[in-house]
Amino acid sequence: MTGRPDLSTPQVVTINSDADVVRVRQLVRTAAVAVSLSLVDQTKLVTAASELARNTLVYGGGGGAEVGVVDSGRRKGIRIVFSDEGPGIANLELALTDGYTSGGGLGLGLGGARRLVDEFEVQTGTGQGTRVTITKWARSM
Amino acid sequence: MHRVPVLKIGDLLLVSIQVDMEDQTALALQQDLSDRIVQSGCHGVIIDITAMDIVDSFVGRMLSTIAAIARVLDAETVVVGMRPAVAITLVELGLSLNGIRTALNVERGMELLARSRQDDADHVRGSDSDTAWMLALGPDPDHPTATAS
Ligand SMILES: Nc1ncnc2c1ncn2[C@@H]1O[C@H](COP(=O)(O)OP(=O)(O)O)[C@@H](O)[C@H]1O
Ligand SMILES: [Mg+2]
Repeated sequence: MTGRPDLSTPQVVTINSDADVVRVRQLVRTAAVAVSLSLVDQTKLVTAASELARNTLVYGGGGGAEVGVVDSGRRKGIRIVFSDEGPGIANLELALTDGYTSGGGLGLGLGGARRLVDEFEVQTGTGQGTRVTITKWARSM
Repeated sequence: MHRVPVLKIGDLLLVSIQVDMEDQTALALQQDLSDRIVQSGCHGVIIDITAMDIVDSFVGRMLSTIAAIARVLDAETVVVGMRPAVAITLVELGLSLNGIRTALNVERGMELLARSRQDDADHVRGSDSDTAWMLALGPDPDHPTATAS
Protein backbone atom coordinates (compact mmCIF):
# COMPACT_ATOMS: atom_id res chain seq x y z
CA MET A 1 0.00 0.00 0.00
CA THR A 2 1.29 3.43 -0.82
CA GLY A 3 0.36 6.36 1.35
CA ARG A 4 -3.03 6.87 2.90
CA PRO A 5 -5.91 5.26 1.05
CA ASP A 6 -8.63 7.61 -0.08
CA LEU A 7 -11.75 6.47 1.74
CA SER A 8 -14.21 8.87 0.15
CA THR A 9 -15.02 5.98 -2.14
CA PRO A 10 -14.96 2.36 -0.88
CA GLN A 11 -11.62 0.57 -1.28
CA VAL A 12 -11.62 -2.95 -2.67
CA VAL A 13 -9.10 -5.60 -1.71
CA THR A 14 -8.99 -8.85 -3.63
CA ILE A 15 -8.64 -11.84 -1.30
CA ASN A 16 -6.70 -14.65 -2.91
CA SER A 17 -3.85 -15.34 -0.48
CA ASP A 18 -2.68 -15.10 3.13
CA ALA A 19 -0.96 -11.85 2.22
CA ASP A 20 -4.30 -10.40 1.07
CA VAL A 21 -5.80 -11.19 4.49
CA VAL A 22 -3.00 -9.12 6.04
CA ARG A 23 -3.77 -6.34 3.55
CA VAL A 24 -7.44 -6.33 4.57
CA ARG A 25 -6.45 -6.00 8.23
CA GLN A 26 -4.18 -3.07 7.44
CA LEU A 27 -6.71 -1.23 5.31
CA VAL A 28 -9.44 -1.72 7.93
CA ARG A 29 -7.12 -0.40 10.63
CA THR A 30 -6.38 2.73 8.59
CA ALA A 31 -10.08 3.26 7.91
CA ALA A 32 -11.00 2.76 11.58
CA VAL A 33 -8.43 5.32 12.65
CA ALA A 34 -9.70 7.75 9.98
CA VAL A 35 -13.21 7.81 11.48
CA SER A 36 -11.84 7.98 15.02
CA LEU A 37 -13.02 4.63 16.34
CA SER A 38 -11.71 4.09 19.87
CA LEU A 39 -8.69 1.82 20.21
CA VAL A 40 -10.82 -1.03 21.54
CA ASP A 41 -13.35 -0.61 18.72
CA GLN A 42 -10.55 -0.51 16.14
CA THR A 43 -9.20 -3.74 17.60
CA LYS A 44 -12.62 -5.39 17.53
CA LEU A 45 -13.29 -4.34 13.94
CA VAL A 46 -9.89 -5.43 12.65
CA THR A 47 -10.24 -8.77 14.44
CA ALA A 48 -13.71 -9.35 12.95
CA ALA A 49 -12.39 -8.39 9.50
CA SER A 50 -9.49 -10.80 9.87
CA GLU A 51 -11.87 -13.66 10.66
CA LEU A 52 -14.18 -12.87 7.75
CA ALA A 53 -11.35 -12.31 5.25
CA ARG A 54 -9.91 -15.70 6.18
CA ASN A 55 -13.33 -17.33 5.70
CA THR A 56 -13.60 -15.67 2.28
CA LEU A 57 -10.22 -17.17 1.36
CA VAL A 58 -10.52 -20.61 2.94
CA TYR A 59 -14.21 -21.47 2.50
CA GLY A 60 -15.25 -19.08 -0.25
CA GLY A 61 -12.25 -19.97 -2.40
CA GLY A 62 -11.26 -16.32 -2.57
CA GLY A 63 -13.21 -13.14 -3.20
CA GLY A 64 -12.98 -9.59 -2.03
CA ALA A 65 -13.50 -7.06 0.71
CA GLU A 66 -14.92 -3.60 0.15
CA VAL A 67 -14.09 -1.13 2.89
CA GLY A 68 -15.95 2.15 3.10
CA VAL A 69 -16.95 4.99 5.40
CA VAL A 70 -20.61 5.37 6.34
CA ASP A 71 -22.11 8.50 7.81
CA SER A 72 -25.47 8.56 9.60
CA GLY A 73 -25.36 12.33 9.94
CA ARG A 74 -24.85 11.89 13.67
CA ARG A 75 -21.76 9.71 13.53
CA LYS A 76 -19.39 7.96 11.24
CA GLY A 77 -18.55 4.33 10.93
CA ILE A 78 -16.85 1.71 8.79
CA ARG A 79 -18.76 -0.75 6.66
CA ILE A 80 -17.05 -3.75 5.12
CA VAL A 81 -18.57 -6.15 2.63
CA PHE A 82 -16.89 -9.53 2.19
CA SER A 83 -18.03 -11.44 -0.83
CA ASP A 84 -17.17 -14.66 -2.59
CA GLU A 85 -18.68 -16.94 -5.18
CA GLY A 86 -17.89 -20.11 -3.30
CA PRO A 87 -20.25 -22.93 -2.25
CA GLY A 88 -22.27 -20.74 0.12
CA ILE A 89 -23.41 -21.73 3.59
CA ALA A 90 -26.20 -24.30 3.66
CA ASN A 91 -27.07 -23.89 7.32
CA LEU A 92 -26.26 -20.38 8.53
CA GLU A 93 -27.63 -20.94 12.03
CA LEU A 94 -25.22 -23.85 12.47
CA ALA A 95 -22.30 -21.94 10.94
CA LEU A 96 -22.88 -19.11 13.43
CA THR A 97 -22.78 -21.50 16.39
CA ASP A 98 -19.64 -21.10 18.49
CA GLY A 99 -17.39 -24.08 18.01
CA TYR A 100 -18.89 -25.23 14.71
CA THR A 101 -16.32 -25.67 11.96
CA SER A 102 -16.40 -27.68 8.75
CA GLY A 103 -12.64 -27.21 8.44
CA GLY A 104 -10.04 -27.42 11.17
CA GLY A 105 -10.80 -24.09 12.76
CA LEU A 106 -12.05 -23.14 16.19
CA GLY A 107 -15.47 -22.27 14.84
CA LEU A 108 -15.39 -18.80 16.37
CA GLY A 109 -14.98 -16.65 13.27
CA LEU A 110 -18.56 -15.98 12.24
CA GLY A 111 -20.14 -15.93 15.70
CA GLY A 112 -17.22 -13.97 17.12
CA ALA A 113 -17.28 -11.42 14.30
CA ARG A 114 -21.01 -10.89 14.90
CA ARG A 115 -20.33 -10.08 18.57
CA LEU A 116 -17.48 -7.70 17.74
CA VAL A 117 -19.40 -5.33 15.45
CA ASP A 118 -22.58 -3.22 15.65
CA GLU A 119 -24.30 -4.55 12.54
CA PHE A 120 -23.86 -7.96 10.96
CA GLU A 121 -25.66 -9.35 7.95
CA VAL A 122 -25.13 -12.49 5.89
CA GLN A 123 -26.56 -13.31 2.49
CA THR A 124 -25.78 -16.86 1.49
CA GLY A 125 -27.23 -20.17 0.42
CA THR A 126 -26.07 -23.35 -1.25
CA GLY A 127 -24.51 -22.46 -4.57
CA GLN A 128 -25.08 -18.73 -4.07
CA GLY A 129 -21.74 -17.64 -2.70
CA THR A 130 -21.51 -15.67 0.52
CA ARG A 131 -21.75 -11.99 1.29
CA VAL A 132 -21.12 -10.77 4.83
CA THR A 133 -21.65 -7.09 5.67
CA ILE A 134 -20.40 -5.64 8.94
CA THR A 135 -20.59 -2.11 10.32
CA LYS A 136 -18.94 -0.52 13.33
CA TRP A 137 -19.96 2.98 14.40
CA ALA A 138 -17.81 5.51 16.18
CA ARG A 139 -19.25 6.32 19.59
CA SER A 140 -21.10 9.61 19.24
CA MET A 141 -19.63 12.47 21.25
CA MET B 1 7.18 -15.59 3.57
CA HIS B 2 8.59 -13.95 6.67
CA ARG B 3 9.86 -16.26 9.43
CA VAL B 4 9.67 -15.24 13.07
CA PRO B 5 13.07 -15.71 14.78
CA VAL B 6 13.37 -17.93 17.85
CA LEU B 7 16.10 -16.81 20.28
CA LYS B 8 17.72 -18.90 22.97
CA ILE B 9 18.40 -16.94 26.14
CA GLY B 10 19.90 -19.02 28.91
CA ASP B 11 17.62 -22.02 29.24
CA LEU B 12 14.66 -20.26 27.67
CA LEU B 13 13.42 -19.78 24.14
CA LEU B 14 12.16 -16.30 23.38
CA VAL B 15 9.92 -15.43 20.47
CA SER B 16 9.02 -11.83 19.84
CA ILE B 17 6.37 -11.44 17.16
CA GLN B 18 7.07 -8.16 15.38
CA VAL B 19 5.08 -8.45 12.17
CA ASP B 20 1.47 -8.79 11.15
CA MET B 21 1.81 -12.54 10.54
CA GLU B 22 0.40 -14.32 7.57
CA ASP B 23 -1.25 -17.60 8.54
CA GLN B 24 1.60 -19.55 6.94
CA THR B 25 4.09 -17.62 9.08
CA ALA B 26 2.18 -18.59 12.21
CA LEU B 27 2.19 -22.26 11.19
CA ALA B 28 5.91 -22.14 10.44
CA LEU B 29 6.56 -20.63 13.87
CA GLN B 30 4.66 -23.50 15.49
CA GLN B 31 6.92 -25.97 13.68
CA ASP B 32 10.15 -24.03 14.32
CA LEU B 33 9.45 -23.72 18.03
CA SER B 34 8.72 -27.43 18.40
CA ASP B 35 12.02 -28.24 16.69
CA ARG B 36 13.95 -25.77 18.83
CA ILE B 37 12.47 -27.09 22.09
CA VAL B 38 13.73 -30.56 21.23
CA GLN B 39 17.12 -29.37 19.91
CA SER B 40 17.87 -27.07 22.82
CA GLY B 41 16.34 -29.06 25.67
CA CYS B 42 14.89 -25.80 26.96
CA HIS B 43 12.12 -26.06 29.52
CA GLY B 44 10.61 -22.64 29.05
CA VAL B 45 9.18 -20.67 26.14
CA ILE B 46 8.26 -17.00 26.23
CA ILE B 47 6.14 -15.58 23.43
CA ASP B 48 6.14 -11.81 23.42
CA ILE B 49 3.07 -10.36 21.70
CA THR B 50 3.61 -6.74 22.76
CA ALA B 51 3.74 -5.64 19.12
CA MET B 52 0.60 -7.51 18.06
CA ASP B 53 -2.38 -5.22 17.64
CA ILE B 54 -4.83 -8.07 17.18
CA VAL B 55 -5.04 -11.76 18.04
CA ASP B 56 -7.70 -13.55 16.04
CA SER B 57 -8.87 -17.16 16.33
CA PHE B 58 -6.12 -18.41 14.02
CA VAL B 59 -3.30 -16.90 16.06
CA GLY B 60 -5.11 -17.82 19.27
CA ARG B 61 -5.23 -21.42 18.17
CA MET B 62 -1.53 -21.27 17.25
CA LEU B 63 -0.69 -20.06 20.77
CA SER B 64 -2.75 -22.84 22.37
CA THR B 65 -1.19 -25.44 20.10
CA ILE B 66 2.34 -24.25 20.85
CA ALA B 67 1.62 -24.44 24.57
CA ALA B 68 0.22 -27.95 24.22
CA ILE B 69 3.13 -29.21 22.13
CA ALA B 70 5.64 -27.59 24.50
CA ARG B 71 4.00 -29.29 27.46
CA VAL B 72 4.34 -32.68 25.83
CA LEU B 73 8.01 -31.85 25.24
CA ASP B 74 8.45 -30.93 28.94
CA ALA B 75 8.52 -27.18 28.40
CA GLU B 76 6.24 -24.50 29.71
CA THR B 77 4.93 -21.56 27.67
CA VAL B 78 4.16 -18.06 28.85
CA VAL B 79 2.58 -15.47 26.58
CA VAL B 80 3.60 -11.96 27.59
CA GLY B 81 2.72 -8.40 26.63
CA MET B 82 -0.90 -8.76 25.60
CA ARG B 83 -2.42 -5.32 25.07
CA PRO B 84 -5.60 -4.52 27.02
CA ALA B 85 -7.62 -3.92 23.82
CA VAL B 86 -6.51 -7.31 22.52
CA ALA B 87 -7.52 -9.00 25.78
CA ILE B 88 -10.96 -7.36 25.69
CA THR B 89 -11.47 -8.41 22.07
CA LEU B 90 -10.34 -11.99 22.70
CA VAL B 91 -12.94 -12.44 25.42
CA GLU B 92 -15.71 -11.13 23.18
CA LEU B 93 -14.52 -13.26 20.31
CA GLY B 94 -14.96 -16.23 22.63
CA LEU B 95 -11.36 -17.36 22.65
CA SER B 96 -10.33 -18.85 25.97
CA LEU B 97 -6.60 -19.38 25.24
CA ASN B 98 -6.87 -22.76 26.90
CA GLY B 99 -3.96 -23.75 29.09
CA ILE B 100 -1.90 -20.69 28.26
CA ARG B 101 -0.09 -18.89 31.05
CA THR B 102 0.28 -15.16 30.66
CA ALA B 103 2.43 -12.48 32.25
CA LEU B 104 2.69 -8.72 31.91
CA ASN B 105 6.10 -8.58 30.27
CA VAL B 106 9.18 -10.64 29.45
CA GLU B 107 10.73 -10.10 32.87
CA ARG B 108 7.62 -11.28 34.70
CA GLY B 109 7.36 -14.20 32.31
CA MET B 110 10.90 -15.24 33.17
CA GLU B 111 10.10 -15.03 36.87
CA LEU B 112 7.02 -17.15 36.37
CA LEU B 113 8.94 -19.84 34.51
CA ALA B 114 11.76 -19.86 37.06
CA ARG B 115 9.26 -20.21 39.87
CA SER B 116 7.31 -23.04 38.28
CA ARG B 117 10.58 -24.84 37.48
CA GLN B 118 11.49 -24.40 41.12
CA ASP B 119 8.16 -25.85 42.20
CA ASP B 120 8.78 -28.85 39.98
CA ALA B 121 12.25 -29.30 41.43
CA ASP B 122 10.90 -29.13 44.97
CA HIS B 123 8.27 -31.62 44.07
CA VAL B 124 10.71 -34.12 42.62
CA ARG B 125 13.73 -33.73 44.85
CA GLY B 126 12.45 -32.15 48.02
CA SER B 127 12.98 -28.51 48.92
CA ASP B 128 16.41 -29.08 50.44
CA SER B 129 17.79 -30.13 47.07
CA ASP B 130 21.28 -28.79 46.51
CA THR B 131 20.42 -27.61 43.00
CA ALA B 132 17.08 -25.99 43.64
CA TRP B 133 18.72 -22.64 44.42
CA MET B 134 20.15 -22.45 40.91
CA LEU B 135 16.75 -22.77 39.37
CA ALA B 136 15.36 -20.21 41.78
CA LEU B 137 17.78 -17.63 40.46
CA GLY B 138 16.60 -18.22 36.96
CA PRO B 139 18.39 -17.10 33.83
CA ASP B 140 20.34 -13.90 33.98
CA PRO B 141 19.25 -11.64 31.12
CA ASP B 142 22.52 -9.69 31.30
CA HIS B 143 24.53 -12.84 30.75
CA PRO B 144 22.55 -14.87 28.28
CA THR B 145 25.11 -17.66 28.08
CA ALA B 146 25.64 -18.00 31.83
CA THR B 147 23.02 -20.68 32.19
CA ALA B 148 23.23 -22.19 28.73
CA SER B 149 22.99 -25.94 28.78
N1 LIG C 1 -17.46 -17.59 3.05
C1 LIG C 1 -17.88 -18.81 3.39
N2 LIG C 1 -18.26 -19.71 2.45
C2 LIG C 1 -18.67 -20.95 2.77
N3 LIG C 1 -18.74 -21.40 4.04
C3 LIG C 1 -18.36 -20.57 5.04
C4 LIG C 1 -17.92 -19.24 4.77
N4 LIG C 1 -17.64 -18.64 5.96
C5 LIG C 1 -17.90 -19.56 6.89
N5 LIG C 1 -18.33 -20.72 6.38
C6 LIG C 1 -18.74 -21.93 7.11
O1 LIG C 1 -19.02 -21.59 8.44
C7 LIG C 1 -18.21 -22.36 9.33
C8 LIG C 1 -17.88 -21.56 10.57
O2 LIG C 1 -17.02 -20.49 10.25
P1 LIG C 1 -16.16 -19.84 11.41
O3 LIG C 1 -17.08 -19.49 12.53
O4 LIG C 1 -15.33 -18.75 10.84
O5 LIG C 1 -15.25 -21.03 11.93
P2 LIG C 1 -13.93 -21.69 11.27
O6 LIG C 1 -13.36 -20.73 10.29
O7 LIG C 1 -13.05 -21.93 12.45
O8 LIG C 1 -14.39 -22.97 10.63
C9 LIG C 1 -17.00 -22.75 8.53
O9 LIG C 1 -16.38 -23.90 9.03
C10 LIG C 1 -17.64 -22.98 7.15
O10 LIG C 1 -18.25 -24.24 7.08
MG1 LIG D 1 -13.30 -18.74 10.27
